[in-house]
Amino acid sequence: MAVEQALSSQVATSTKLRVENLNMVFAHDGKSTPVLENINLEVSTGEFVCVVGPSGCGKSTLLNLMGGFLSPTSGAVRIDGEVVHGPDPRRIFVFQERGVFPWLTVAGNIAFGLFKLAPEESRERIAHYIKMVGLQEFEEAYPSELSGGMKQRVEVARALAVNPDTLYLDEPFGALDSITRHVMRAELLRIWQTERKTVVFVTHDIDEAVQLADRVVVMSARPAMIQEIVDIDISHPRDISSPRYLQLRDGILQQIGLAHKI
Amino acid sequence: MKLLVRLRPIVFIAGLLAAWEIAVERHPNYILPGPWAVVGGIADLLHHGFLFKYVVASLFRVTWGFCLAAIVGIPLGLMIGWHRRSEMALNPMVQVFRPISPLAWIPIAILWFGVGDAAAIFLIFLGCFFPLLLTGINAVRNVPAVYIHAGRNFGLSPAQLVYNVLYPAVVPQLLIGLRITLGVAWLVVVAAEMIAVDSGLGFLIVDARNAGNRYDLVLAGMVIIGIIGLLLDTAMRSLEKVKSFRWAYSEE
Amino acid sequence: MSVLAEPSKREKFLWPVLAFAAFLSLWHYSVIWSGTKVFPAPVQVERGMLELFHKNILWQDIGSSLLRVAIGFGAATLVGIPLGLTFGWYAGVNQVVNPVMQILRPISPIAWIPVAIIFFGVGDNAAIFLIFMGAFFPIVVACGNGVSNVPVVYRRAGRNFGLAPTQLLARVIFPAALPQIIVGLRLALGIAWLVVVAAEMVAVDSGLGYLVIDSRNSGKRYDLVVAAMVMIGVIGLILDLCFRRLERIKSVRWGFRDEF
Repeated sequence: MAVEQALSSQVATSTKLRVENLNMVFAHDGKSTPVLENINLEVSTGEFVCVVGPSGCGKSTLLNLMGGFLSPTSGAVRIDGEVVHGPDPRRIFVFQERGVFPWLTVAGNIAFGLFKLAPEESRERIAHYIKMVGLQEFEEAYPSELSGGMKQRVEVARALAVNPDTLYLDEPFGALDSITRHVMRAELLRIWQTERKTVVFVTHDIDEAVQLADRVVVMSARPAMIQEIVDIDISHPRDISSPRYLQLRDGILQQIGLAHKI
Repeated sequence: MKLLVRLRPIVFIAGLLAAWEIAVERHPNYILPGPWAVVGGIADLLHHGFLFKYVVASLFRVTWGFCLAAIVGIPLGLMIGWHRRSEMALNPMVQVFRPISPLAWIPIAILWFGVGDAAAIFLIFLGCFFPLLLTGINAVRNVPAVYIHAGRNFGLSPAQLVYNVLYPAVVPQLLIGLRITLGVAWLVVVAAEMIAVDSGLGFLIVDARNAGNRYDLVLAGMVIIGIIGLLLDTAMRSLEKVKSFRWAYSEE
Repeated sequence: MSVLAEPSKREKFLWPVLAFAAFLSLWHYSVIWSGTKVFPAPVQVERGMLELFHKNILWQDIGSSLLRVAIGFGAATLVGIPLGLTFGWYAGVNQVVNPVMQILRPISPIAWIPVAIIFFGVGDNAAIFLIFMGAFFPIVVACGNGVSNVPVVYRRAGRNFGLAPTQLLARVIFPAALPQIIVGLRLALGIAWLVVVAAEMVAVDSGLGYLVIDSRNSGKRYDLVVAAMVMIGVIGLILDLCFRRLERIKSVRWGFRDEF
């Protein structure tokens, strides 16, 4: 255990993603709504960071800013030192299953970003990632024939196929039932431990955050600020009944202001 | 800034009209008149009282044909849509009747009704009946089963079910269908008047050309047809905006 | 919606046949009871159709009508789809051009006949122009709506994978909009079929529309009138069904729910 911890801390030394003094204000019909206030965050290479907070607090906005789909009102997002100006294949977004293209097969979807590769290499990659997400017999299936969990796997495979440095996941398991979610979390960790990308994962599910992340960023309600960043110092695989897990989880529940007796 | 953006379409139209006027002046041999001539034509019609008379004639026919088709077609459509087997039985025949242009019925219309208002109204009725029938059928089929189950769950009688659940559920779709079909009715009346009657805006177009090549009146007629058609459509859209009907649209 | 159980395949065949038989009987007996000398009974219509087939008139007229539709509809597609895609993609362009379209759209294509005759003379070209006018607006509107209704998710995903704007249009926007575009094309084809029949009644002297008018004018052959009407309905339906087949292709089928 100690060795694993030492190893993981060696990997996570260089800063991959830095959010500096980020503010985001939405102007609409003359009214301006502050959404994010004074966000400062550093994510190391190969780290798995979860962002939790109440619904509508701006977590998705933060992710979209990191992905380059929005421009901040002030402040900046830097990846590898460069300011983020727009979307880029080096940082791929995974949406909630509805991001899968319904007019392409599973193989077609996964191949989507591979247009710059030679056909041979492309085919190899597709086969590799289909196997990795466990959809081997479904290469020629269309998304309408797949379950929610399977569609989500397609999206993850599609994202990984282009070999990005960073993965952004915006409540990817939100549309799935809780049993499938449980399974998908284990899958995601397994995949992440094979190809160690930097991951920023937005969720409203506190358990999910504590189960998956190296660090959990807890955000307040709108206008959102970072309330606290919690280090999850349990190594994988995590026992979700262990005292330390429950302690960390309850700590976050308290931070958000939720009771842990229903 | 916002004002400039709103003005752009008007500038565009003005540009088109200017280009049209210039093209006409460059080619004086062409019979096609320019925009000013058309405006003159409209004024001419107003002056002689034809404009009002013809517009009323066309609207009269549309109103009758459309309303008859709605009164017969929509309830029929709702009933057929509700009853699976009726729909199975009648759908194929409806699908064969539907692509037959109302104008193809003209010989039969004249045979049954003679030349005149009744024939025109019959044609409009035909043009509206099938689309409205299908609108009714589709509207019922698209009512989510959950609504019906909830209604039954709360112990509603069949009459209450229709009034409190079905009717509000189908109205939004019916309104859209009615609006689109009204547009169809307007197209049919103009065509019918060009062929089978002797008053109305369609007749104006044919007559203006036949009795003296008055193309300024022809185009004036077309412009008025376009404007009235647009007004009818706008009026129906504002009906869709009535609050109690809006629930279905905001969901989309 | 009825509470009865899902009907069997046999029933799906049985009921329409029964309804049709009932309709034919009603028609047949109405003709007998009303004692009309002119309006044809079903049997006479059938004989009329065979007569037309044998004299080869019917095939020629069907061919003429279909050809005009093909050219007019084809032209409307070639011009309308790119235009519609542009309007959908550039909201600014749409805002400028839309009012003009809204005024032109309610003008029945038939009303354009005098103008068409000025530019094209009497004959095929005028008819084809009318078909073009009829099919053009629905196609442009459908393409525009198809493009503007493409969910933001797809556009973002496309940009995320590094697609240039032209690639985005070809690989994301167009496939995503395709179901709506196809529906628009199917509706426009239906309109084209209506317009060609109407145009043939006024501006040309061949085709099914002309057959309807001519059969009456030269001899009050109402049996031929109705025969021609039946052909119009059947062919119109076939055209519609062909398009619906297109809608079932897998890479497009995702965009359709059950509809009539």
